[in-house]
Amino acid sequence: MNAPGKQPDNVSVGPPLWLLAELTYRCPLQCPYCSNPLDFAQTERELTTEQWVSVLRQGRAMGAAQLGFSGGEPLVRQDLPELIAEARDLGYYTNLITSGLGLNSAKVDAFAEAGLDHIQVSFQASDPELNNAVAGSRKAFDQKLAMARAVKEAGYPMVLNFVIHRHNIHQMNDIIELCDRLGADYVELATCQYYGWAFKNREGLMPSRGQLEKAEAEVNAYRARLQDAGSAMKLIFVTPDYYEERPKACMNGWGSLFLTVAPDGTALPCHSARILPIDFPNVTEMELRDVWYNSPGFNHYRGDSWMPEPCRSCDEKAKDFGGCRCQAYMLTGNADNADPVCGKSPHHDRILAARRAADHATAGIEELTFRNADNSRLFYRG
Amino acid sequence: MAKTPKLRRGFRFQWEPAQESYVLLYPEGMVKLNGSAGAILKEVDGERNVDSIVASLEQQFPDAGPLGKDVEEFLQDAEKQHWIELV
Repeated sequence: MNAPGKQPDNVSVGPPLWLLAELTYRCPLQCPYCSNPLDFAQTERELTTEQWVSVLRQGRAMGAAQLGFSGGEPLVRQDLPELIAEARDLGYYTNLITSGLGLNSAKVDAFAEAGLDHIQVSFQASDPELNNAVAGSRKAFDQKLAMARAVKEAGYPMVLNFVIHRHNIHQMNDIIELCDRLGADYVELATCQYYGWAFKNREGLMPSRGQLEKAEAEVNAYRARLQDAGSAMKLIFVTPDYYEERPKACMNGWGSLFLTVAPDGTALPCHSARILPIDFPNVTEMELRDVWYNSPGFNHYRGDSWMPEPCRSCDEKAKDFGGCRCQAYMLTGNADNADPVCGKSPHHDRILAARRAADHATAGIEELTFRNADNSRLFYRG
Repeated sequence: MAKTPKLRRGFRFQWEPAQESYVLLYPEGMVKLNGSAGAILKEVDGERNVDSIVASLEQQFPDAGPLGKDVEEFLQDAEKQHWIELV
């Protein structure tokens, strides 16, 4: 065993190539699968512009090349143009991950001038009725359409993101057709992963295996048609790991490539990790280099000496690192355990039970717990 | 080949000291390039055609022999990956 918090001796830690800046937890939408923590409303403090600039500079000096501005809704931050310009000057490839709400053509152009490389607009469905029901906003869909067109017009590469769940999974053809009409370069059809609000709402979101297989077949058929037509639009279908027998290599390994900074400056190895009973450092109290290479939080699950069985003696441990620590924690109460997605996990029955529940789920959209500050307060005030 | 290669919209080519290599950056992705891929893409400026790029590389690497075939194959592959356009 290594001393807790020290970098494991047998692990060579490379630089954080990806930096995710979660600028704020504020958001005008209420998507019930939001990956923000359930108790987000407890964290009202946000880093100042100067503090974010310092994080960007330190990250770039360490080798980070991809930068995501995310949230919440990052457009809520009035200093976004300034942060984009700083990031671009530093040499980052800058991605804005947005709901499109709060955006307008003037901002789209101003961001381009500041050097923004890419805007990803998220949608909830292919039609206004379902989209707005899921987003918890009556005007969301029309605004998203307008902004997708503005992004395209300004010459950005366009990525459209759809989170897929049991209430919109029947829309694959309509969704792809909409993206094709809008001229998307990439379409992410990301089946819901069960973290944050999505975990709370899992029974009401998780598709059945039948639904999933049908959707995947539709995507594959559409992809073949696009290829025949010579289209460069790329379809990326992300299957939910709840239907796998081996876990995902989460974040490509703990503290291996990804560094997330939450709105209040908490540094995390992924955007979900703040739910874990681990002390994570804050960028206002520690240099980013120390955060990454020397903090106990980031070294906690590096290497494999922390692994219990069945991971410890598993010949696939270097491939998937035992899966996702957050999922292990949420489903077994102990983040050291093998990710229960794995067929070798003694807790795999919890995944099987979720699959069975998905075959019989009947909850409507209105029965989901929507992501908003009032609901969030229920989770920490009890 | 008289066609002119050009990076596709949204792609950026740059040197990354931390990785000691050239990389290609695109929406939410990054490809670390090996030495020869980096040397070829460094010549892609959207103005010069493939023949002119080959000539420039042969001048930079006189010991490498004729490079036309390798460069063309790489660029065709890069086009297939949607990194570049050949126009």
